[in-house]
Amino acid sequence: MKRTLHALSPAVGILVALVAWWGVSRMVPDLPSPWRTWEESKIYILKPLEKRGEMDQGIGLLAYYSLLRVARGFLLGILIGTPLGFVLGVSKGLARMLDPVIQIMRPISPLAWLPLGLILFRKSEPAALFAIAVCSMWPTVINTMAGVRAIPQDYWNVAKVLRLSRFTTFTKVVVPATLPYIFTGYRLSLGIAWLVIVASEMLTGTPGVGGFLWQEYNSLIYAHILLAIVTIGIVGFALDRLMGMAEARLRTI
Amino acid sequence: MAFIEVAGVSKTFVSASGAREVLRNVTLSVERGEFVAIVGAMGSGKTTLLNLLAGLMPPDRGSVAVDGRAVEGVRHDAAIVFQNYSLLPWFSALENVRLAVAAACPSQSKAEQRARAVDALERVGLGNALQRRPGQLSGGMRQRVAIARAFAIEPDLLFLDEPFGALDALTRDTLQQELTRLCGSVGRPVTTVMITNNVEEAIVLADRIVPLSRGPRATLGASIPVTLPRPRSAAALLRDPAALRVRSTIIEALTEGAVSRVRLKRDSTDGPATVRLRPDATYDTAMVRLKPDPTSVAGVS
Repeated sequence: MKRTLHALSPAVGILVALVAWWGVSRMVPDLPSPWRTWEESKIYILKPLEKRGEMDQGIGLLAYYSLLRVARGFLLGILIGTPLGFVLGVSKGLARMLDPVIQIMRPISPLAWLPLGLILFRKSEPAALFAIAVCSMWPTVINTMAGVRAIPQDYWNVAKVLRLSRFTTFTKVVVPATLPYIFTGYRLSLGIAWLVIVASEMLTGTPGVGGFLWQEYNSLIYAHILLAIVTIGIVGFALDRLMGMAEARLRTI
Repeated sequence: MAFIEVAGVSKTFVSASGAREVLRNVTLSVERGEFVAIVGAMGSGKTTLLNLLAGLMPPDRGSVAVDGRAVEGVRHDAAIVFQNYSLLPWFSALENVRLAVAAACPSQSKAEQRARAVDALERVGLGNALQRRPGQLSGGMRQRVAIARAFAIEPDLLFLDEPFGALDALTRDTLQQELTRLCGSVGRPVTTVMITNNVEEAIVLADRIVPLSRGPRATLGASIPVTLPRPRSAAALLRDPAALRVRSTIIEALTEGAVSRVRLKRDSTDGPATVRLRPDATYDTAMVRLKPDPTSVAGVS
């Protein structure tokens, strides 16, 4: 009995959320109820890969566009962020020098970066990638840096005693010792990248879950906004779980 | 000139809470092939001294020279075994040893390096644990890997930093014997400096024991030669009168100043007496100071 309750409790949580949604939709006339949302969105869900127009596409396709964009931006972010983290972890002087810059750039919203990206690149797609990369790289930078700093003196001693070359020390000692930290950074970065995608698609109007959301809002089809919101949540959750699994697998220590 | 010459070495660590002079004016010489044990209490600066000898850090004043040349960094013919094993946990036992061999003998082929690493591990009885990671090995086995890693590069110089400090008494005993055997099997003199807080261990292994006074500002005392015949076993030495004399000499030297002098005032001859010791006093120091009637301290706790 207790065990069934234990297994059912997440379902109960979702049910409570749906009831709350329904309750609010009774009070706010513009907000579609869960049932109406389903009725008006099921074509997107049941035919997730159907393309009917630029924005009028199955939710699977829209999520795919967004994921592709996130993957590119995130990759760019960690390609810059990981080496930067290593350098800052090793060099205290450089870390001290760049610390104010990082601390100032970190809290800047993607909505603020995007116009700057548009000025720099003149096109919406690279501007979106720029915003994703520049917003999502900081957890990777900071975690990698912390990971390098947290390497126990023992391991540095091993490198010294065995007279390992700089390259060997890096590949055989520093990277494996830092890997768990790096992956925690990647996981956090990916979370942020997914947050940024919606904002950047909304501003640039490119096809994707966020672009779809904004367009449907402008077309006054509110049920589709809720569809987009739920999709964003579910995809974000799945991404986090996947990264968590990768993190657990690559645990070296 | 001795193989290792330490002359007037001092070392001070500066931290936020102020400067702390750990070693002051330490002088030591070690002959080629000699096994010297430096014995001191915890926190006496032993590890600092070993790090200076091994070239892991430079002294503030004074000089450290090996074979007539000043030590700058770890020498290529030196190996160090640490108390906490210092194995890389993401590598197997074999890979840990191979990393050392590859760094020490880059001219050898991969197969030769591997064979050497396997051989070193087999010599410490780990032939069937090559692929295991440190996390899957017991403390004794980990220290065996560390010892194999040290001997795999056939060092001229061996530095042992409390090598068996983290092991239980039985494992410690076995490994001490193995270390003696390994040192003898190299075929040429291996000069060894070991630091330890265990007097018995020093007596079992060393040719000469040098007491290190309590830090801060630790200095080395007069060395005590250990001329007992080898092989020595810890159990046998407990009954050997010559070994016991060495032991009490060392403990006397070590406890110089470590215990406040106390005079026992007892109302009756057989009642309990309370002695307050400084927190860093060890059981050994208590034993010595409660002489000349050691039988009466059976209940010291």
